[in-house]
Amino acid sequence: MPEGKEKKDRGWTEVHSEECKGCGLCIEACPVCGMHLSDKLNGRGYHFGEYQGHGCTGCGVCFYACPEPGAITVFKN
Amino acid sequence: MTKELIKGNEAVIKAALLAGCKSFYGYPITPASEIAEAAAKYFPLAGGTFLQAESEVASINMVYGAASVGERTMTASSGPGLSLMQEGISYLAGSELPCVIVDIMRGGPGLGNIAPEQSDYHQIVKGGGHGNYHTIVLAPNSCQEMCDLTLLAFEMADRFRNPAIVLADGFIGQMMEPVEFPTKAIEPEPKSWAVRGDAETRKNLITSIYISAEELEQHVLKLEKKYLQANSREEMYELYRTDDADLVVVGYGIVSRILKAAVDQAREQGIRVGLFRPITLWPFPYRELSVLAQWAEQFLVVELSNGQMIEDVRLAIEGERPVRFYSRVGGMVPTTEELLRQIIKASEEKDVRANLSKTQEFLWAV
Amino acid sequence: MYAQTFQRPRSFYGQFDRKPGDHLTTHYCPGCGHGNIHKIVAEAIDDFGAQDRTVFVSPVGCSVFAYYYFDVGNLQVAHGRAPAVATAVKRALPDSLVISYQGDGDLAAIGGNEILHAANRGEDITVIFVNNAIYGMTGGQMAPTSLIGMKTTTTPMGRVVANDGFPVRVAELLSTLEGPTYIERVALYDNKTRAKARKAIRKALQNQIEGRGFSLVEVLSPCPTGWGVTPVDSLKWIEENMLPNFPLGVFKDKSAEREHRTHRRQAIAIQDVPGILGLNGNAGNERSAGILAGGPRTSCPPNVDYRLKIAGFGGQGLLFLGRLLAEAGMRQNLHVSWLPSYGPEMRGGTANCHVNISTTEIGSPLVSAPTVLIAMNKPSLDKFENEVVGGGLIIYDSSLIDHPPARSDVEVIALPATEMADKIGSAKSANMVALGALIGKTNMLDKDALLHVVRSMTKKVALLDLNLRAVESGFEFARANAAEESLWGV
Repeated sequence: MPEGKEKKDRGWTEVHSEECKGCGLCIEACPVCGMHLSDKLNGRGYHFGEYQGHGCTGCGVCFYACPEPGAITVFKN
Repeated sequence: MTKELIKGNEAVIKAALLAGCKSFYGYPITPASEIAEAAAKYFPLAGGTFLQAESEVASINMVYGAASVGERTMTASSGPGLSLMQEGISYLAGSELPCVIVDIMRGGPGLGNIAPEQSDYHQIVKGGGHGNYHTIVLAPNSCQEMCDLTLLAFEMADRFRNPAIVLADGFIGQMMEPVEFPTKAIEPEPKSWAVRGDAETRKNLITSIYISAEELEQHVLKLEKKYLQANSREEMYELYRTDDADLVVVGYGIVSRILKAAVDQAREQGIRVGLFRPITLWPFPYRELSVLAQWAEQFLVVELSNGQMIEDVRLAIEGERPVRFYSRVGGMVPTTEELLRQIIKASEEKDVRANLSKTQEFLWAV
Repeated sequence: MYAQTFQRPRSFYGQFDRKPGDHLTTHYCPGCGHGNIHKIVAEAIDDFGAQDRTVFVSPVGCSVFAYYYFDVGNLQVAHGRAPAVATAVKRALPDSLVISYQGDGDLAAIGGNEILHAANRGEDITVIFVNNAIYGMTGGQMAPTSLIGMKTTTTPMGRVVANDGFPVRVAELLSTLEGPTYIERVALYDNKTRAKARKAIRKALQNQIEGRGFSLVEVLSPCPTGWGVTPVDSLKWIEENMLPNFPLGVFKDKSAEREHRTHRRQAIAIQDVPGILGLNGNAGNERSAGILAGGPRTSCPPNVDYRLKIAGFGGQGLLFLGRLLAEAGMRQNLHVSWLPSYGPEMRGGTANCHVNISTTEIGSPLVSAPTVLIAMNKPSLDKFENEVVGGGLIIYDSSLIDHPPARSDVEVIALPATEMADKIGSAKSANMVALGALIGKTNMLDKDALLHVVRSMTKKVALLDLNLRAVESGFEFARANAAEESLWGV
């Protein structure tokens, strides 16, 4: 949860790493280049998508680009 | 009770509506079209749906949809249509969906003709679709039974959560006889497993897919348990003058009517012959038939097919007694006199043909 | 304060317990478009408050397991048949939201007929058509929408038009029909197209909620595995390869002008059904309602056993004649049966029926040895004359048959039925003349009771008087004939 974070961004994106299949579509979709693939592997062996921690506008395009039902949650300030 | 002179095909529809059936999905085909026509007339009036589908494939899948929401539903057709429905019937059985299907048999294979035959026995009774399943099969031999067995088919279909088929030949469908209908209609019990588009049934799932081998095995065993239950207590049959019969003739549907007349005439000539008529073709009344083998010296099966039910008769008799065969096909129907001759011939020849194969018997008979 | 704005829709299960193995993710491959479409659908169901009303129909294809994910009523159905299933669901549950979710093989190949006719009927359902130009579930075979030259496991050298035909354009095809309300093709290859797809799918669902009729959204959807490209490259693949074949856009939209497209059944109480069927003398079928309700009735004559064959040309009303006899017999508490010869010969050829009227239960409804033959044309007489039992009766239409039967062991009435009927007013009533002659000769049924049946079963009022007079004239003819015979001691 982004509580306690600096609240200068308009949005915040959370990737539930175990639900991610590492397809990279969120990275492709994000207009502010806020996503990247983690160096780490999740339990299923995927480099999961990760929010870089800044720049999110809460636009939600990554949510719609992501094929997994619950892998991405987008918060808005 | 009101008596009405009515076609067997139309009696089916009145009975269905009295059974609380809410929808009919079908495709025209002779000699079953009157069923769809009667359905088109009465279903909308009685607060139900009639829809002429684009094919029998669509009809049976519409039935699948209607059964899924838990309403009583039906379709009707003849052999070629039933062939197209087999996929859907397998899905219905796999998904444990009750429905009633009426097959008014005509001549085959292929386009055959529209005259009566009983050549769908294998397809219907043995299951023409894929996978481990059975359908309940009821075989009426009068317009009254078109009504009674349709009512029963709905009841059994619900009780076993399985398709039930009323298997009649063109004669039974096309003829008119007085029928006494019940004067009250039935409100079927609601089905807790159905998907009704409401909060209560939201978690329900209608499916025939069990992707893991373990699950599918369990599912098939569950179905099998139902079938065993049906097999042990649902068999129906009619015995006519079999108590002292040396010869038992076996036939269903229209054939049983002709046989009955022939039995009476043979009895007048002093021949001890009786009739065994299976009413449920699945489950087939094996035990009841085998009991007759204790005293009957031989059996004569008569069918309007090349010899299909005879296989079940042989299974019942288990080689204890010779089983003869006589048939007409292509829409040809034996006369009472013709069957009387067969009975006389059998009683004169006794065991001569005991060891002949079915094919040989067939050729002999022809 | 941050608030969750875009999150897993509630119409998805929180955890996919129906799915074997991993309960967190879908069974779809990485980058597969099904997940995106599922999400749009689930979100719309949430937003429209329709979760409890939704029935999701998933046929065979990659989305066969949609019931793992959607927390709504679910039906898994046969390959291609979802529109037929959905039709019946919607007819039974008009207030539900019925979604038929189909792939390209399912909808455009094996289920071509079902979708065509559901669309043509304008069924008030929503169809989501996922077009990824390949059979995914079975491992990458050619789909009806596979592109020309596209390599699949069943087109290893690429799809060849001469052998495999062209990619099927479903949205265009269905748009030629009057039935559908709304058809749009969308794609999922960038943020813009995803937004458009979302809008279209929501509209297709909204249409159904408002009862506007059949809506279909075709979605060009990525299948990276099937296409052998990465998920990111699959987006480009749609744009470069699919778009030229499958242009995006609205192909039909009558949403605004169509209303009340939901079929609703008449509200009928179950206890009223017998009346509607004419079974308890209340409403409905007049003829049935009248049975035993009126008209003269006589007790059965003792030991009646008539087996009749009534034969002639199709169109002479001989099946009707047989029905009148059976109906009258039934009303006199006799056992009866009526059996038509049916089929193509009914039209223009010969038609015959078998009627049994008996004091005892009827065995075979087939009459192979008639006690009475009514032959209304020459072929019928020739064909059936020899079947009549010795001592039986043959009534033949001497207007149309120029020679009497050869049989000498039966009674014969040469009845100029057609001429007599013609004199009365219409040759068409020859059947009624024959009926009258039969009764006049045999007394097998009470005449007044029979006339009552003729009255209740003659549908055309204009014909009634004619029919009654024809019966009378046949009756008198037979009586006069009998009197003459007795006079001459024949």
